[in-house]
Amino acid sequence: MSLLAQGAEMARRSVLQTLRQPAMVIPPIAFPLILMAVNVGGLQAATDLPGFPTDSYLDFAIAFPFIQGSLFAAINAGSSLARDVETGFLARLALTPMQRAALLLGNLAGVMTVSLISAGIYLAVGFAAGLRFEAGAPGVLVLLVLALIISLAFASLGALIGLRTGSGETVQGVFPLFFVLVFLSSNALPRELIEQDWFRAIATVNPVSYLFEGLRSLVIFGWDAEALALGFGFASAIALAGVLGSASALRTRLVRT
Amino acid sequence: MKRFADVAGAVAWRSIHRFVTKPQFLLPSLIFPLFFFTAFAGGLSNVSNVPGFDFPSGYTAFQFVFVLLQASAFGGVFTGFSIASDFESGFARRMLLAAPNRLGILAGYGLAALARAGIVGPLLFGVALATGMQVDGGGADLFGLVVLALLVNVAALLWAAGVAMRLRTIQAGPAMQMPVFVLLFLAPVYVPLELLSGWIEAVARLNPFTALVEGGRDLISGGDVRGVLLYGVALALLALFAVWGVRGLRRAEAAG
Repeated sequence: MSLLAQGAEMARRSVLQTLRQPAMVIPPIAFPLILMAVNVGGLQAATDLPGFPTDSYLDFAIAFPFIQGSLFAAINAGSSLARDVETGFLARLALTPMQRAALLLGNLAGVMTVSLISAGIYLAVGFAAGLRFEAGAPGVLVLLVLALIISLAFASLGALIGLRTGSGETVQGVFPLFFVLVFLSSNALPRELIEQDWFRAIATVNPVSYLFEGLRSLVIFGWDAEALALGFGFASAIALAGVLGSASALRTRLVRT
Repeated sequence: MKRFADVAGAVAWRSIHRFVTKPQFLLPSLIFPLFFFTAFAGGLSNVSNVPGFDFPSGYTAFQFVFVLLQASAFGGVFTGFSIASDFESGFARRMLLAAPNRLGILAGYGLAALARAGIVGPLLFGVALATGMQVDGGGADLFGLVVLALLVNVAALLWAAGVAMRLRTIQAGPAMQMPVFVLLFLAPVYVPLELLSGWIEAVARLNPFTALVEGGRDLISGGDVRGVLLYGVALALLALFAVWGVRGLRRAEAAG
């Protein structure tokens, strides 16, 4: 069996595992949409601030569900691998001729599939609510690609934690830290409109700000090369670090077993 | 009455002891309100420059009231998690067998929730004052705000206890947390009610939590407080969830 076929089999397992548990499907779709709806309603008045880049807070806030959905991808990926460690599935798998990479690739592919479905739903809800997309149809495709890389980035970090600790509880415990990163960014206002200097400084060094701004640029400005380069750059760098770290953690975990 | 007090005291002591001695319970309760306060008051302060935003005590005080009430509500909900966890481990069933007055169990968890609020609230007040929060209300107004936060805390505990005692599993966590979360955020969180528009304005006007958060903001800014409405809504919620919580206890008793 080739690496691809093995990876596909593991991805199928990962997708089925996720789809069979409503608690792993509904929150990643519903929570980000609820929070976006609340923020759009509550912060529409912020578009009256001088310098706010759009007159619709929905256009500004549509990036939020993609990032928050990615956090859920991190938790799902991490919890799933931690459960495989806890239940001994990984140890039994180590006795088979299966290639190690297939486990990681399959798990991440499964999580990404769910992320792609979620992204489609976020966009559909956004358009139904009156989202205007400056970059047009090609921009939608670019946004989906960026959203998937961001999901991969967070999912690989979740996988890294799940494999390193082998504890689903620890993976859940790390969720608030990711949440802090999201809130201490330019998620609610453009960085130049953040009034407090210390908060703006944190948002400027926080890579999550650039993920928001990359996604948002396609909706509000059309094709902004700098925002896209930073968005893709940070997302790819985090994804690369996460995948390499996870691969290393998997090697260590299988040596231990 | 003594039996009731004995049971309530024992349950409260155990819950409070667990809360203060286990970092995994204590730290999130302390860190999350501070984090929300930082994110809202710090990151969104420019929202106070929106035309029509005229809260006299500034954006930090405006957000402080929401975060204080939110922390109080979640203190109650997190105590509900402990109840669910006690049922899942079988400890709560043994308590039901042993307690001569079972209402004391509910009261004990209520005291534990109040203790949580008693730890988190002052910390939040301290941080807010240290970061320059402007308080224009007098001592009586601040006392009124504290009472309001405690009423919200117990009402949320009774809601969560009702759910926990009906479902008796920690998997009921989202069922306890989500309705509270939605109720809180469908109030005027970021701007006053007058600056909301569209569907959220309509929902916020119907949301009972709006009266609490707006009343709390009147208290901290020394504005005209509609006390009957404010405490009437808080007490009505408390009475409603007291019935819900006690009926939940009876369901747990019936389940054995």
